[in-house]
Amino acid sequence: MTPRTLFDKLWDSHVITTREDGEALLWVDRHFVHEGSHHAFRQLDQKNRAVAEPTLTFGIADHYVPTRGRPLIRDPELAGMVENLRANTRRHSIRHFDIDDPAQGIVHVVGPEQGLTLPGLLIVCGDSHTSTHGAFGAFAFGIGASEVAHVLMTQTLWQRKPKRMRISVTGQLGHHITAKDLALRIISTIGADGARGHAVEYAGEAISALSMEGRLTLCNMAIEAGARCAVIAPDETTFKWIKGRTYAPALHDLEQAIAGWRTLTTDSGAAFDREVTFNAAMIAPTVTWGLSPEDALPITDLVPDPVVQAEGRSLQIAEALSYMGLTPGMALQSIVIDRVFIGSCTNARIEDIRAAAAVLKGRRSKVPGLVSPGSSGVKRQAEAEGLDHIFTAAGLTWADSGCSMCVGMNGDLVAAGERCASTTNRNFRGRQGQGARTHLMSPAMVAAAAVTGRLTDVRRLPAVGD
Amino acid sequence: MERFTSLEAIACPLGLANVDTDQLIPARFMKRSRADGYGAYLLHDLRFDPEGQAQAAFALNNPHFAGARILVAQRNFGTGSSREAAVYALWDFGIRCVIAPSFGDIFASNAVKNGLLPATVTEAEAEALLQLLGTATHPMVKVSLEEMSITTGDLSITFMIDPVRRMQLLNGWDDIDLTMRHQHAIDAYKADLITHAPWTWPRITCP
Repeated sequence: MTPRTLFDKLWDSHVITTREDGEALLWVDRHFVHEGSHHAFRQLDQKNRAVAEPTLTFGIADHYVPTRGRPLIRDPELAGMVENLRANTRRHSIRHFDIDDPAQGIVHVVGPEQGLTLPGLLIVCGDSHTSTHGAFGAFAFGIGASEVAHVLMTQTLWQRKPKRMRISVTGQLGHHITAKDLALRIISTIGADGARGHAVEYAGEAISALSMEGRLTLCNMAIEAGARCAVIAPDETTFKWIKGRTYAPALHDLEQAIAGWRTLTTDSGAAFDREVTFNAAMIAPTVTWGLSPEDALPITDLVPDPVVQAEGRSLQIAEALSYMGLTPGMALQSIVIDRVFIGSCTNARIEDIRAAAAVLKGRRSKVPGLVSPGSSGVKRQAEAEGLDHIFTAAGLTWADSGCSMCVGMNGDLVAAGERCASTTNRNFRGRQGQGARTHLMSPAMVAAAAVTGRLTDVRRLPAVGD
Repeated sequence: MERFTSLEAIACPLGLANVDTDQLIPARFMKRSRADGYGAYLLHDLRFDPEGQAQAAFALNNPHFAGARILVAQRNFGTGSSREAAVYALWDFGIRCVIAPSFGDIFASNAVKNGLLPATVTEAEAEALLQLLGTATHPMVKVSLEEMSITTGDLSITFMIDPVRRMQLLNGWDDIDLTMRHQHAIDAYKADLITHAPWTWPRITCP
């Protein structure tokens, strides 16, 4: 038998039929919907169709939910969005994690946390960061509203098989260097469209050493390199995480499942369309300076000079620097910030909250900021560990869970002209609010920036009391 | 879905790379109903300053390109979020074709499902088109999906598009009608899954 990649195996096991033109009809194991799915539900109504598999469909209120004063929603427009999802899921008998549900949170945090995300499954959601779930060895990708409607009506999706790309990371990440730094380094090297049209497999020593949280962060950011999806072979770390989760298989079912999951690896000799290798030891804490996640550099570096850049890039850099209010050649560590945000499907799991708290413990933040845990479950866990007190003692606001200031749909916005050190995934123009300036980095780096009031190398932050 | 065969229209040069979907339609407009049209929100924060005044220097505001139905941009157009509203904004504004060296995967898929053509050209070809449109007296461009060609003045380019997407656009096919023809295969797949991998159903809601 021809050796197959992990992705080939995931693909093959979901093909219902393949057309002559090469498009395959794939079975969908899990479908998450959120407030933004209203366009798709409208398409369903227009065709007068029912949801094909309500037990494989889950609703989560995350994009528009407020992070303070809950469960009350003062803004009638936001309340309308949340109510619309509530009504649609109720009408179609879909399990809904509503604003007051103890398991509510950001869809890409809740899925794994509830054991809904499992190896070998095909998972879709009308959100580009669905690539996150690939951390479990699932085939997971974001889709648009028309595709959401198609999945609701048929539990299937037409897809063309993407090419396969392996990103190997050898060696070990240094102290304070996280999956976020690795992700930004990869994107800045291969470009924001560097993995376009490809299913990425992350492999190598540094990947195996990552916790599930780290793997989720890495796969989450794969879309920022344009990847169709990202996968990591499931292993003991994965199985240990899954065991005992609410919706995960148990007992005999779990044994049977794990036996199958152990075969979800790339066969030796399997061919990739593209291979890229990174050395983990070479990765430094990394921050963005521009308007695309590909605009990232080690914190020890300088803001690039458009004049000395290659043809074609100089205009992009000049425009980015103008919007960001930065001067060519200035040290990244001299950039003064106005606020911080710790949250999002990228970096708001318990490990992220702990990393930020470890840096902030016993310190004050020089700027205001918001901490929004990735789920209500993460929030409870953090509070049980007393982490909320570290943030509030530092002067930051400890809030409820949602997409919050990553996308600003719920009203958590960075003001025009303000500069925010953020654990999120996109530094696009106006992403966090009209005129807002975003610098992406890891939770520990955001915490370090809060302490000094400027972008800071967390490795060089003096110990408390020094 | 509306079919796309060919189009001769004003083309507007957007000399920008990485035009992300947050630019195509800022998140704050997505609460609104499509019934009112999303065209006014297209590239809103690039077209207008914070006070709502049109940015004269932005190409879409240039009267020379008024009525444009084609956009030309640099690489990685439509990168970012999966919001189909980015396509709705283009469509409602009147855009039927975007020409660029590369597109975000989800954006390109969303575009085709709404009848909007994402035409892929090389970086050099995009650059040549941008240059030409920037100085043309009549920025008219002809796009033929049947011939996969873009012509304007003396310039003629063969663009690329996935053959399946090309057929979908040419025929205006609706995916769902197509899928229903395979209902028998879908049912068989599901039955097999329940027998051989019951664990794939969420535990406490097993059918």
